[in-house]
Amino acid sequence: MAAVAITVLALGHSEPTWSMRRQHAHLSDEALVALVARGDEPALAELYDRTGRVAYGLALRIVRDERLAEDAVQEGFLAVWRTAAAFRAERAKASTWILTLVHRRAVDLVRREERRRTEPLPEEISVRPGEAETPTDEAAWLRYERERVQSALAILPDTQREAIELAYYGGYSQSELAERLGVPLGTIKSRMFAGLARLRELLDESQQEGSWRPEFTS
Amino acid sequence: METGIHELTAAYALGALEPDERREYETHLRGCEPCQDELASFSSVTEALAVAASGPSPRLELRDRILTAVRAEPQTVVPFAPRGHRALAAVAAVAAVAAVVALAIGLWATQLSGDLDEARTALERERATAAVLADPDARNVALEEGEGRLVVAPSGQAVLVLQNLDPAPAGKTYQMWIMGDGDPQKAGLFSGQESVDVVGVDGTVQSAQVVAVTIEDAGGAESPSSEPIAGSVPV
Repeated sequence: MAAVAITVLALGHSEPTWSMRRQHAHLSDEALVALVARGDEPALAELYDRTGRVAYGLALRIVRDERLAEDAVQEGFLAVWRTAAAFRAERAKASTWILTLVHRRAVDLVRREERRRTEPLPEEISVRPGEAETPTDEAAWLRYERERVQSALAILPDTQREAIELAYYGGYSQSELAERLGVPLGTIKSRMFAGLARLRELLDESQQEGSWRPEFTS
Repeated sequence: METGIHELTAAYALGALEPDERREYETHLRGCEPCQDELASFSSVTEALAVAASGPSPRLELRDRILTAVRAEPQTVVPFAPRGHRALAAVAAVAAVAAVVALAIGLWATQLSGDLDEARTALERERATAAVLADPDARNVALEEGEGRLVVAPSGQAVLVLQNLDPAPAGKTYQMWIMGDGDPQKAGLFSGQESVDVVGVDGTVQSAQVVAVTIEDAGGAESPSSEPIAGSVPV
């Protein structure tokens, strides 16, 4: 059904590797969240199929441990389940909201565990043993997006890139960052703000230039 | 700390606030439109940062683990927007949901039938359905027969969500009925999809009434001719 390709917004729209039927494949992410708010489990499963891989990758990047990353994703999706009724589609995309919840859980875990490493993007994290990276559209798109974001990050001034990476991937709060880097809190705030604003510009530009996924152009 | 709270938007978007700062900012956010806009404009950036972090796929067990945990978890329904804005928020939410759903259904219907009027009707119907599902005041009514639920808005508009229903046999259709005192009212036809049906109920459902589904000859019947294969408990 062609309509599915057009309207499945998001992050995932992956072919699941498991054999379970995708009961809600024809619904938008936002419609799925509305169903989850009504206690619909297959809708939650479909949201997981669409966003789970990205959510897990993000959690793993932050906590650097597979078990903890799984915990973060699980707690994040439980939060989706519990609070779906509070989601307002006019405020954010459903995928952004889900990733925010997972990110928050991962950051909570890493702050609690004091388990932080702050190296740049983990090129060394590769494919799970025994699981060949299949050349799917999703894998290709993830690679493309990663390169796009990395080249945008590379253009930022070092101090701004550092603030963004340590905060978003390292789980450091702004106060912790100020202390760690030995600069006033106000400086950290401006670096984050200037960095995000610049990144937004750069990503908008590269999106317009090279997007080959029509549903990502807005 | 009131001055300068706007400038926490970037740190909030990056998840870089301490829990108490976060709560304070969220309280502020509810009443500050510039901050809401700013935050929305950062969301594509943080989402891109998230996607860029992706590595290996999670283990397949994680999916089962999550669904098992969810089953053990009672849901709390927490209205978020302040009372006065709720109606408006619901309308906006519905518009967003409906726009996407409508596109899918509209295209799908057009493909099937090549008939624009039919597509338009399907679209209207789908909008109404999304409106009920997104209404924070709608409630879930359990099914006595069949798998799924009936969602009823305070207006009496209702949506039936049925799982694992086979497509209607050739020459037959599923027909919905609103039943209470008196004769059952016809409440619409549907053919049954592969494994989930989300269908708007024609008419309004009043307190103590029941929505039921029977199998009828194609085109529908004037009154139910067989035992319901699905039905709600009284609303």
